[in-house]
Amino acid sequence: MQILDRRLNPSGKSLENRQRFLRRAKAHIQRAVREASQDRNISDILDGGEISIPADGLSEPRFHHGPGGIHDNVLPGNKTFSEGDILPRPEGGGGRGAGGASDGGADAEDAFRFMLTREEFLDLFLEDLELPDLAKRKLANVEHEGIRRAGYSVSGSPVNLAVTRTSRLALARRIALRRPTPKRIEELEAELAACEDTERRAEMRAEIAALKTRMKRIPYIDPIDIRYRRFENVPKPVAQAVMFCLMDVSGSMSEHMKDLAKRFYMLLYVFLTRRYRHVEIVFIRHTDKAEEVDEETFFRSPATGGTVVSSALEAMRRIVQDRYRPQDWNIYAAQASDGDNSYGDGELTASLITNAILPVTQYFAYLEVGEAGQHDNPVMPNSALWGIYERLATDGQALAMRKVSNRSEIYPVFRDLFQRQHEGKAV
Amino acid sequence: MERLYQGAEWDFATLQRIHDACEEIGLRELGLDVYPTQIEVITTEQMVDAYSSIGMPLFYKHWSFGKHFTQHEALYRTGLRGLAYEIVINSSPCVCYLMGDNTATMQALVIAHAAFGHNHFFKNNYLFRQWTDAEGILDYLEFAKKYVARCEERYGHALVERTLDAAHALMAQSVDRYPGKKKLNLRQEEERERRRRNHKERNFNDLWRTVPAGAGKNVAELSIDRRRTLLGLPQENILYFLEKNGPRLAPWQRELLRIVRHIAQYFYPQGQTKVMNEGTATYVHYRIMSRLHERGAISDGHYLEFLQSHTNVVFQPTWDDPRFSGFNPYALGFAMMRDIERIVTDPSDEDREWFPAIAGTGDAMAVLRDVWANYRDESFIGQYLSPRLMREMRMFQLHDDPAESEGILVEAIQNEPGYQRIRRQLSRRHDIGWMDPNIEVVDVDLMGDRRLILHHNVVNGCALEETDAQRVLQHLANLWGYDVLLREIDSSDTVLKEHVCSPRNAVLAAA
Repeated sequence: MQILDRRLNPSGKSLENRQRFLRRAKAHIQRAVREASQDRNISDILDGGEISIPADGLSEPRFHHGPGGIHDNVLPGNKTFSEGDILPRPEGGGGRGAGGASDGGADAEDAFRFMLTREEFLDLFLEDLELPDLAKRKLANVEHEGIRRAGYSVSGSPVNLAVTRTSRLALARRIALRRPTPKRIEELEAELAACEDTERRAEMRAEIAALKTRMKRIPYIDPIDIRYRRFENVPKPVAQAVMFCLMDVSGSMSEHMKDLAKRFYMLLYVFLTRRYRHVEIVFIRHTDKAEEVDEETFFRSPATGGTVVSSALEAMRRIVQDRYRPQDWNIYAAQASDGDNSYGDGELTASLITNAILPVTQYFAYLEVGEAGQHDNPVMPNSALWGIYERLATDGQALAMRKVSNRSEIYPVFRDLFQRQHEGKAV
Repeated sequence: MERLYQGAEWDFATLQRIHDACEEIGLRELGLDVYPTQIEVITTEQMVDAYSSIGMPLFYKHWSFGKHFTQHEALYRTGLRGLAYEIVINSSPCVCYLMGDNTATMQALVIAHAAFGHNHFFKNNYLFRQWTDAEGILDYLEFAKKYVARCEERYGHALVERTLDAAHALMAQSVDRYPGKKKLNLRQEEERERRRRNHKERNFNDLWRTVPAGAGKNVAELSIDRRRTLLGLPQENILYFLEKNGPRLAPWQRELLRIVRHIAQYFYPQGQTKVMNEGTATYVHYRIMSRLHERGAISDGHYLEFLQSHTNVVFQPTWDDPRFSGFNPYALGFAMMRDIERIVTDPSDEDREWFPAIAGTGDAMAVLRDVWANYRDESFIGQYLSPRLMREMRMFQLHDDPAESEGILVEAIQNEPGYQRIRRQLSRRHDIGWMDPNIEVVDVDLMGDRRLILHHNVVNGCALEETDAQRVLQHLANLWGYDVLLREIDSSDTVLKEHVCSPRNAVLAAA
């Protein structure tokens, strides 16, 4: 007999089969995920979870007997029947009395429920979403320089002297050139002191002198032994991103609008956490003046005042300057507003966006939120902010902008905004 | 005898001691004859893994296994279903999976059950000896896995997947029910396939393609009978027929069909010996554990723990119990084995009348070993279900004829006139010939429209389930490449129903 412990074997032997299954059922699963993400809280989206898909396309059909026909069945547990009794058929035919006929029917197959892991859920959820022009920016800006050891060189600054390497080379040279060791000379000198024979003493003196000159000729460390540690600069990818959430919290923003904005931010967050190792979020809320707040305050606390959008942009510019060097951080910004802006602020907003914000951000999205059904009305004039941004966008600025008024529109808008941009098409 | 273990904890030395103690009782006292055992300790996740690929340690990749894995995992995770304590594979050495979470008593039970009960049955039962090749199966599965992977690489996942889908659908109708001329040897099978292909590759010469073929046989002269004989019709092994005669299959597709067919054949005996197999294993573990307890190798407390699991396993709810779902093979099998033991050692007059050959012969193990070697469920029940057991289990027989509007007739109960009928009927319920629809390929005109004709021989008016039948036919048509017609025919040759199917989204590799 042989006992094997397989418990430490790599797990996930069925993983590939599972992936094949997911691939097979992809269309169904994707629809289910999309529906699920509309109905659920956004925080649940990050947890994955159970979904249910229709079973067709996944059936494994076999030939088997259908209902009907004559069945003889043997059952255990006869208590009251005698031979020749007639039992009424159970409702709906078949039933337990008729035995196996009810097994394997189609009823068990209408839906197939199973768990998706967080990764699988998100993968499906975010599939084929791609940041605009990310590739381009990645090559140019998503990297910065770092230094790395790169072997040894024969020249360099004394601080970079590679002592071990230098000594090793010196030792090799000394051995190769047969430089006499001090120990050898000491030994000879000791022997000389002890020796009485004059002829022998003269011989030894000569030898010692020869050794000493040889020792002088061959230096302990020669300049050709010296090596320096060499460093070279390498581009290092930036694995961190910061996401600025800008929101108008003046009285005109209703709870519904904030909810829409929140969903959008969270989707953006989900996306960024997948792309970058480290993601920070900065919440900036503004009325007629802007302040950086924590998440709770951002979404919950009411504030009163007018609406000056440029204050938020100015705050963002300052924070970027203080804390997030564009060389080190990928900067994303998403602004949500109902579109109001005070009359005199338009020019300042436009110039801040063009000169301060867009040059440092990877991506700037503006989401105009409205009450349910509001944007269905074509007669509604464009809001003040929309007007400004639209003008900038037509001038060729890289701005993404959308209007949303319903919860179920968030996801399509999100997809739309982040869909891989076709080449040549302005963002 | 010294205690084998204390408490619930165990280590490998404990397993070894348990195994040795079981071995002594199993081989010496019960006279079992087993393959060498290989015990593998696995985690729960690996157990779910093993479930989903029908217990085999290695298997080719297919989405349906992923589906089963997902299902089992969901059920297990939500606590709706526990896992089996063990899985045992009919191979030599006989591989037994033990779950790492089991207690020492459970491990002892499982070793006695799987490593001795099932193992003995696999090695000795005539069906397994005839149909399976315990030495070769792991090698063959290894070959199958590699072959499928190679095909996927060469011909693409989609094509391989579609071929396997279709083959799986026809799996149950693709076993040889009667032993052929020669013994199967999966290892040689693999070797032959490799040699055949090498030969072809070495001797490939494009010139032969240009040589004009001789005048074909005059097709019209072939009589229908002659044609059918040439094709080996009627043929009940559908995949075999496709493999040999499918006009549009690529060679690798034929090989895939062959693999699926072989695997179906390997599992064919298991479906026919559920009651016996489990009955044997349960009886053996019961005997071994009781004997260990008698000798003092396991304590009273551990013996009670064992009895609790054991009674759970052999629990048979009655027909009106909400938990009822047919006969529990463990319960029926165990009860019958115990009953045979009783008949052999302590028969009543009734037993002497019913079982003159074995009643009172005294050596229960000799009789049982003979039974285990030479019967399958259907013949076993037909031969050895005793009136006493029928009374104990209070069996009765229902006759459900849809034509009878009044209701279901109680045809027989557990009394003198009913015994024979109940026994015959229960035996029939375990006959694979009655359980699976009897479908065979009857005709095809390879020179004409190439429509494949199959017959389903309807018994007792049990027609096929419509939707699934249609789906399977679709798969069959895709493999065949031309129309497929399935006729359902009753015993008087009346056609009850016809299903026709045309090939769609070709499974076939582009020629």
